[in-house]
Amino acid sequence: AFFWLVSLLLASLIWFVSVHLSDQEDAKLQYGLLVFGAAVSVLLQEAFRFAYFKLLKKADEGLATISEDGRSPISLRQMAYVSGLSFGIISGVFSVINILADSIGPGIVGIHGDSPYYFITSAFLTMALVLLHTFWGVIFFDACEKRRYWCLGLVVASHLLTSGLTFLNPWYEASLVPIFIITLCTGLWAFVTAGGSFHNVLKCLSCK
Amino acid sequence: MITFMNNSDSEEEPCNERTSLMSAESPPVPSYQDGLQTAEAGEAQAHRKRRTGSSRSPNNIADGDMSDSGVPVRESALENEEEELTLKYGAKHVIMLFVPVTLCMIVVVATIKSVRFYTEKNGQLIYTPFSEDTPSVGQRLLNSVLNTIIMISVIVVMTVFLVLLYKYRCYKFIHGWLILSSLMLLFLFTYIYLGEVLKTYNVAMDYPTLFLVIWNFGAVGMICIHWKGPLQLQQAYLIMISALMALVFIKYLPEWSAWVILGAISIYDLMAVLCPKGPLRMLVETAQERNEPIFPALIYSSAMMWTVGMAKPDTAARGASQQTWDAAEDGRENHRSPLHADSQMSETRSPGPTRPITSFEELEEEERGVKLGLGDFIFYSVLVGKAAATASGDWNTTLACFVAILIGLCLTLLLLAVFKKALPALPISITFGLVFYFSTDNLVRPFMDTLASHQLYI
Repeated sequence: AFFWLVSLLLASLIWFVSVHLSDQEDAKLQYGLLVFGAAVSVLLQEAFRFAYFKLLKKADEGLATISEDGRSPISLRQMAYVSGLSFGIISGVFSVINILADSIGPGIVGIHGDSPYYFITSAFLTMALVLLHTFWGVIFFDACEKRRYWCLGLVVASHLLTSGLTFLNPWYEASLVPIFIITLCTGLWAFVTAGGSFHNVLKCLSCK
Repeated sequence: MITFMNNSDSEEEPCNERTSLMSAESPPVPSYQDGLQTAEAGEAQAHRKRRTGSSRSPNNIADGDMSDSGVPVRESALENEEEELTLKYGAKHVIMLFVPVTLCMIVVVATIKSVRFYTEKNGQLIYTPFSEDTPSVGQRLLNSVLNTIIMISVIVVMTVFLVLLYKYRCYKFIHGWLILSSLMLLFLFTYIYLGEVLKTYNVAMDYPTLFLVIWNFGAVGMICIHWKGPLQLQQAYLIMISALMALVFIKYLPEWSAWVILGAISIYDLMAVLCPKGPLRMLVETAQERNEPIFPALIYSSAMMWTVGMAKPDTAARGASQQTWDAAEDGRENHRSPLHADSQMSETRSPGPTRPITSFEELEEEERGVKLGLGDFIFYSVLVGKAAATASGDWNTTLACFVAILIGLCLTLLLLAVFKKALPALPISITFGLVFYFSTDNLVRPFMDTLASHQLYI
């Protein structure tokens, strides 16, 4: 979570500087800068995820050397899950908590002509994003571990894609549906990466 | 405009002294990982010295004052095991500290966000006489710096006074002072807090009920903190008084002064604990020399119970946990201690139970937890509370500060495990917290707001 925050900080810094250096009146330019800021932020998030991976790897080695049987008490998979989850939680919380706080107060949604479904779609989007971050974390760590760089590229690309799809809001059909499809696919991919399979699921369900 | 709190002049005094005591106490962030002896305040140290002095002699700063007659020499092979235990239980201790710090912050933030009283400007403390209602920025900055200087010098004077008192063994005075200030906190501040909360939610309560509630709350609190009580109840009370104190600070410190004071106090903390002539370091070392517990009610301990002064000599066997009220936790700790004893090849425990020394049981138990000074709780909560109060109603800033402080605490505990001596808990966390507060408030907030207004996600 800390790492995500730092990446957000740097991205905001870049955006802020760029906004102040540019013309404040031009709406199109501001929007363009926003897009640019968002893209930079996505890239920075992934970069910090990589940095976090490196840090955890070092800690893992340290723990392994110290422990009694030469293996660390936490597996890399668990670390991947936790890191993805924490990225997801902090990013979700940052995206949605102000909206939640405002939703308590008096007001009418979309009174100025915006969509009245703002709150509920925000909720769904945030959920999708949290899940996605978790899945990305698992896939990312696994890809780094096995040095499958095309997987890495795919993760970054899907993050960019998701973020880009949100630009299509409030055309919710075009943004929500693809994002959920991406979430499902990424979830399956992460499940397979973490060692699961159809067989495992069946075994689990039949409580063997 | 009222610049002094008329009715609480006297109450602020002990409270502030108490605060300075607490902040004075905040630096020692001892870690009681098993087998680790870290220079730590109080009995634990004495005990620690006794147990681990032999294996860690080169590293230990206060080794010289060990009165370690019965402990046989440790082999260095034990060091590895100890390190391992350190790391294994180190993570557990971090979590044990996260929970109370988080709870304290939650209480403070919840109160700030809901009860209006604590964000209204109703005068200032006597310790920050300069007002910040000035027309120019430069004047305001100057005033806040002056306020900070006054506050820090008050704290320094109090700390030095305390150390002197301790050195010259004026225990009754110190205990009386502590009891007075905790009385003040438990009764008066709770009364005000309860009053304000009831006002906010428009709940009626008659005076007899109020009197009953506050009397019970305060009396149980005094007993728990200064004498014996269930561990969790004691922890809860310590958290509550830290939160109350933090709320008082948030209300009565003007904006810029608060931030400058936070910065200055972490620098002071750093110096007071690490410099050889620092008052806090002298306090810790004196306590060590005398093998005495340091004051109760000033330190939050995560797995222990505190007693005032020395406990009765206890010649019961190690396994007896008659002093533990929190049987589950301490029972477990108890099991661990014989385990640890067994892991040491040479028997170091035999002199233990036969020694009629005071509070051996507790000492042994004590090293299973981690201790953090209450001043740390207070200043962390002040930072997060101020962020919640003044960051344009933004929750992101509060959350960012919260994460920053926890990460700082983590790092401090890590350093503690590495250096194994008393460390200031404030600097790293407060630095992170301040950096994150200012950057989130000014940089991240416009970014996130603009994104949210277009419903973009990153």
